[in-house]
Amino acid sequence: MNALTMPVADGWTIARRNALKIRRSPDLLGSAIMFPIVFVLMFAYVFGSVIEVPGMSYREFLLPGIFVQAVVMGAQITGYTLTLDLQKGIFDRFRSLPMAPSAVLIGQTVADVLMNLASLVVMAVMGLIVGWRVHTSPQEAVLGFGLLLLFAYAFSWFTATVALGLRTPESFNNVATMVSFPLMFVSNAYLDSSKLPTPLRVVAEWNPASTFTQAVRELFGNTSDAMTTSDAWPMRHAVPASLLWIAVMLIVFVPLATRLYKKAVSG
Amino acid sequence: MSDAITAEGLVKTYGEVTALDGLSFTVPRGTVLALLGPNGAGKTTTVRVLTTLLRPDAGRATVAGCDVVADARRLRSFIGVSGQYAAVDEHLTGAENLEMIGRLYHLGAARSRARARELLERFGLTDAADRPVKGYSGGMRRRIDLAGALVADPPVLFLDEPSTGLDPRARAALWDTISELVAGGSTLLLTTQYMEEADRLADQIMVVDHGRAIARGTADELKDRVGGNRIELTVTDAAEMDTAREALAWVAVGAVQAEPESLQLTVPVTDGPEALRQVLGRLAGTGVRVRDAGMRRPTLDDVYLTLTGHQAPGTDEQVQEATR
Ligand SMILES: Nc1ncnc2c1ncn2[C@@H]1O[C@H](COP(=O)(O)OP(=O)(O)OP(=O)(O)O)[C@@H](O)[C@H]1O
Ligand SMILES: [Mg+2]
Repeated sequence: MNALTMPVADGWTIARRNALKIRRSPDLLGSAIMFPIVFVLMFAYVFGSVIEVPGMSYREFLLPGIFVQAVVMGAQITGYTLTLDLQKGIFDRFRSLPMAPSAVLIGQTVADVLMNLASLVVMAVMGLIVGWRVHTSPQEAVLGFGLLLLFAYAFSWFTATVALGLRTPESFNNVATMVSFPLMFVSNAYLDSSKLPTPLRVVAEWNPASTFTQAVRELFGNTSDAMTTSDAWPMRHAVPASLLWIAVMLIVFVPLATRLYKKAVSG
Repeated sequence: MSDAITAEGLVKTYGEVTALDGLSFTVPRGTVLALLGPNGAGKTTTVRVLTTLLRPDAGRATVAGCDVVADARRLRSFIGVSGQYAAVDEHLTGAENLEMIGRLYHLGAARSRARARELLERFGLTDAADRPVKGYSGGMRRRIDLAGALVADPPVLFLDEPSTGLDPRARAALWDTISELVAGGSTLLLTTQYMEEADRLADQIMVVDHGRAIARGTADELKDRVGGNRIELTVTDAAEMDTAREALAWVAVGAVQAEPESLQLTVPVTDGPEALRQVLGRLAGTGVRVRDAGMRRPTLDDVYLTLTGHQAPGTDEQVQEATR
């Protein structure tokens, strides 16, 4: 096996292992699939009866935001699993085997994307049940899901970096909660962010969660001409801005997570 | 290359603690070296350095001709490792764990699967093969981890306390497996706390303490080094212990060990038969009722005790007294 095929083959072996792990951990499955379902129902029926967005149904507006939220939460499985593995001896086993060291993180992040795919399918079905529809072409719809999965993959590397820096499941969970709540709530995921007071509005417009939500809304056609469009650059060019975010996350966090992994397991 | 493992002046420190203090040794290909030593002696640290899990602070080492630092990747394809603590995935079944290891050795899917089944059978885990390891007992976990070390039939094996936690039957099965492997040309470095295990499996035994080798040789050589014979005497009543001790002190060349519960006294001597005759002669008129008297070669327990000054783990606490 050569230097190119080995990380791929080993990465796939590890990905299969992680997929099995996720399938057998009710708590992980719960947070990645049950949570978004509860959120769809809660927002659609509770907020949906109060919040109005101009020119469209709130549920159609909401679903792209919930997709992004599911990705943000689902990608945390990577970080959480890594902290659990760090406390067991399994990395010693991996490090004594003639495998590509990079396969551990590649496998973990790939498994997480598969998990996210499953979770997106569940949510899309939930969405269709509560009245969400795609109004664009099938190609654009596929691009929308593709963008979400790319985001999931890149964001997994971010959670891996945080996890390998913190190293314990408890501290990882604390930080993950502290980061993901503001990320999702100070954004346009659940609300029309143009109605927020100025400082919050600016934060929301530049928040990557808003960028991804806006991009997905455009690709699924869940937008309305009646809504005030923001002047902020990422909101006006949401799809390219999302791709830029993905590239930046990968460029920064892949090497960083790799370095932190080496540090965390040697010793 | 006739040495499968070489270590030269290995040093590893953890802050104040010196885990390895210039340890050097070689293991010829196709032989078994047992590392023996008290807790904290540096056995696990040695295994971790040789299996590329830990970089030494100084010194160098090779396994199967590969340097542990510079050539770590290639080295790993020649070794099988079972560490002191089982390194298995809890959520995977026994079979899945072994199959994954096979794939990561690049054996291919079909061979990995076949090999997993073979090893599960050999380690008596066929019934548990398809249950997640999470539900395994301690000894079962240990066995699946040992099986993991053997997946690729590696030429050099490292087993850190392989039989800790195994029941007698599993231990016997493990020893048979190891003997077969070594007969087939594999090299083994094992650490152990069981003298019997070292005696039974090892060609050479190295006693380690404070990160240094303090003795090395075959079991017989080490026993000779500790000297001569042991006389063991059992009396009938606790009140007789002191008299018996006095009689033994006449012939002793080292400390008299007394075990009050079993009413037994042990003493090292040079000329066993002559010493035994003398002791029994001295006791003849004293009224001490000797229940059992005998002579034996030193055991590895004696070697361990004499060389490290620690009690061998796993033996009953004994009272030792200096004589003369
Ligand atoms: N990660 C670590 N951090 C700090 N000290 C360590 C670490 N690992 C080992 N040590 C120290 O190094 C010394 C040797 O430890 P090692 O685990 O090699 O002993 P051992 O011979 O395997 O003992 P045991 O029989 O208990 O398994 C001990 O004093 C131990 O406290
Ligand atoms: Mg140890």
